[in-house]
Amino acid sequence: MNWDSWPELVLIQSGKDSVEDEFELSTVCHRPEGLEQLQEQTKFTRKELQVLYRGFKNECPSGIVNEENFKQIYSQFFPQGDSSTYATFLFNAFDTNHDGSVSFEDFVAGLSVILRGTVDDRLNWAFNLYDLNKDGCITKEEMLDIMKSIYDMMGKYTYPALREEAPREHVENFFQKMDRNKDGVVTIEEFIESCQKDENIMRSMQLFDNVI
Amino acid sequence: MAAGLATWLPFARAAAVGWLPLAQQPLPPAPGVKTSRGDEVLVVNVSGRRFETWKNTLDRYPDTLLGSSEKEFFYDADSGEYFFDRDPDMFRHVLNFYRTGRLHCPRQECIQAFDEELAFYGLVPELVGDCCLEEYRDRKKENAERLAEDEEAEQAGDGPALPAGSSLRQRLWRAFENPHTSTAALVFYYVTGFFIAVSVIANVVETIPCRGAARRSSREQPCGERFPQAFFCMDTACVLIFTGEYLLRLFAAPSRCRFLRSVMSLIDVVAILPYYIGLLVPKNDDVSGAFVTLRVFRVFRIFKFSRHSQGLRILGYTLKSCASELGFLLFSLTMAIIIFATVMFYAEKGTNKTNFTSIPAAFWYTIVTMTTLGYGDMVPSTIAGKIFGSICSLSGVLVIALPVPVIVSNFSRIYHQNQRADKRRAQQKVRLARIRLAKSGTTNAFLQYKQNGGLEDSGSGEEQALCVRNRSAFEQQHHHLLHCLEKTTVRPNVRWYSRIERGPSEAMPALSFGWEAHYKLWKSHRA
Repeated sequence: MNWDSWPELVLIQSGKDSVEDEFELSTVCHRPEGLEQLQEQTKFTRKELQVLYRGFKNECPSGIVNEENFKQIYSQFFPQGDSSTYATFLFNAFDTNHDGSVSFEDFVAGLSVILRGTVDDRLNWAFNLYDLNKDGCITKEEMLDIMKSIYDMMGKYTYPALREEAPREHVENFFQKMDRNKDGVVTIEEFIESCQKDENIMRSMQLFDNVI
Repeated sequence: MAAGLATWLPFARAAAVGWLPLAQQPLPPAPGVKTSRGDEVLVVNVSGRRFETWKNTLDRYPDTLLGSSEKEFFYDADSGEYFFDRDPDMFRHVLNFYRTGRLHCPRQECIQAFDEELAFYGLVPELVGDCCLEEYRDRKKENAERLAEDEEAEQAGDGPALPAGSSLRQRLWRAFENPHTSTAALVFYYVTGFFIAVSVIANVVETIPCRGAARRSSREQPCGERFPQAFFCMDTACVLIFTGEYLLRLFAAPSRCRFLRSVMSLIDVVAILPYYIGLLVPKNDDVSGAFVTLRVFRVFRIFKFSRHSQGLRILGYTLKSCASELGFLLFSLTMAIIIFATVMFYAEKGTNKTNFTSIPAAFWYTIVTMTTLGYGDMVPSTIAGKIFGSICSLSGVLVIALPVPVIVSNFSRIYHQNQRADKRRAQQKVRLARIRLAKSGTTNAFLQYKQNGGLEDSGSGEEQALCVRNRSAFEQQHHHLLHCLEKTTVRPNVRWYSRIERGPSEAMPALSFGWEAHYKLWKSHRA
């Protein structure tokens, strides 16, 4: 493949083939908005933003992460299982404008909510993660997908081995706890209310505060 | 560790918030490691060249020297930097690994030096990036081969002398393997070579028709039948020598089973066996036909020359190592022969009085044509036959030309390797001699010091200050050590002599000097 002649092709016929798309991503450079704007939008300090951006830019020189990269990065932390499905859900949660790529602003916005937001903000973010079709309520099927993807990450080599019905049972427990009016779906109000009543969940929300 | 894993870890941990509402049990508390998020710039001073980098960059790989607390050992509090007394050019590559996650191998540096730097900084060689990995491996393998040859040459060479208590067997085996070690071995080597040549020439001359002086018989006889006794005597003598040599080798071999299975011993056996079989077989006509066939095996004596010629051994080794190419050549030739023979046979079938009587008969034509020999004993007469015949000869050239360069390059490589080994063996002797000289220099210095009375505990400093030459701190301590050893092990009336090995003539004065030291020491103890 003659890489030298590609740039001209990209300029002339941009966005035609998916093969060219991949190359486009690496030539196109996305720059984030200024530091001040990001400081206003997120709850990170200037220094924290600088550190975050340096790490981000080092790993993704083009300034954006697409879904494949995201999945690959996330899978490195869970080598024993298959984390690709959960990584996809996570990617969709971070990609707020649904353009197929996570830029630095999206990345930092998501992290700001998780790490510096109030408990309600975090619960909102988690609800957004579970609500796959973003329609405002979690159905049993959506929850089952999420649960299966999490159990997939655990992998097969656990002792004692995870049973096939474990995700389904877990989903049943979850709905029993969260679904107040027993209508088969969990809305955002039910979710937040039930979580606020649970001591364990409230306490564990503080777990990852000092990650950055 | 994958590149950038440390960078993404905070993100992965943050994303775990997604599991919190689903957890059915309380989650474990977070580790109390407070990562100082105020990122600082570290200065790493490598032999004067300053490298500055973020602390985070180095923290990416915590199982290396720079990423772990091991670097604190190199911290210089006065200057506030980490000082390493290593090669700054190599350090550049190490630091780039932290920055980019890929370890590149410099082309112009010695691979051994690079390996040593990697070992120092705690990087495994497997981290070398894909772009440079193949070249790195090739160079490393080449280096290792060369070093292995060096060691082999040193061990196998005649440098280290045999231990004094070696048995007759060991001495004999050494004489056989290295004829240059002693005169007797050399004589034996040349004598066997001469007899191999004589035997081969006798075999050849036996078959020449020679006309006797009498000219009585009109039928010409080969020399072998005119002078049967002479040839028989020569043959017997040669076989006796070969048998003796074989038995001696068998006796001297350190591992007889391995010797029996080796190629050279098989050649020896095949060379002498026909004679003995001929002796045992009675002289009747039925068996003598088979007996004549056995005589063909006498020609294998010529292979005994491979002990005498290194080039022949290299050729044999090359053929062995190119076995797959040769096999391919044979296979493709066979395929082509069968195809073309079939085609020619059917093309020439119609012609009467044709030579192409069957497909196997056409094999001969195909082989002769493909190898461009063209004897002309079988020639196609039809037009189709001629067309296919020309295609056959063209393709023959191609098929044969394909594996030949591979074999040639193999031979060239092995041959050059051998040349290099020989050259290095010759240089090795000079090198070892020089090293021995340098080593004996240290012992010399100590004895000189002793001679000048520097060891006397109650020595008065002033008189000796003039004759005791100026010694470095290292020498002083070393001499003190030798002195302690002497005091520990040597009893008063026993001398300590110079243990300089027999080296080239320059070391001879040292030997005589050692006797002087001994005499003085003895005198001082007597007094």
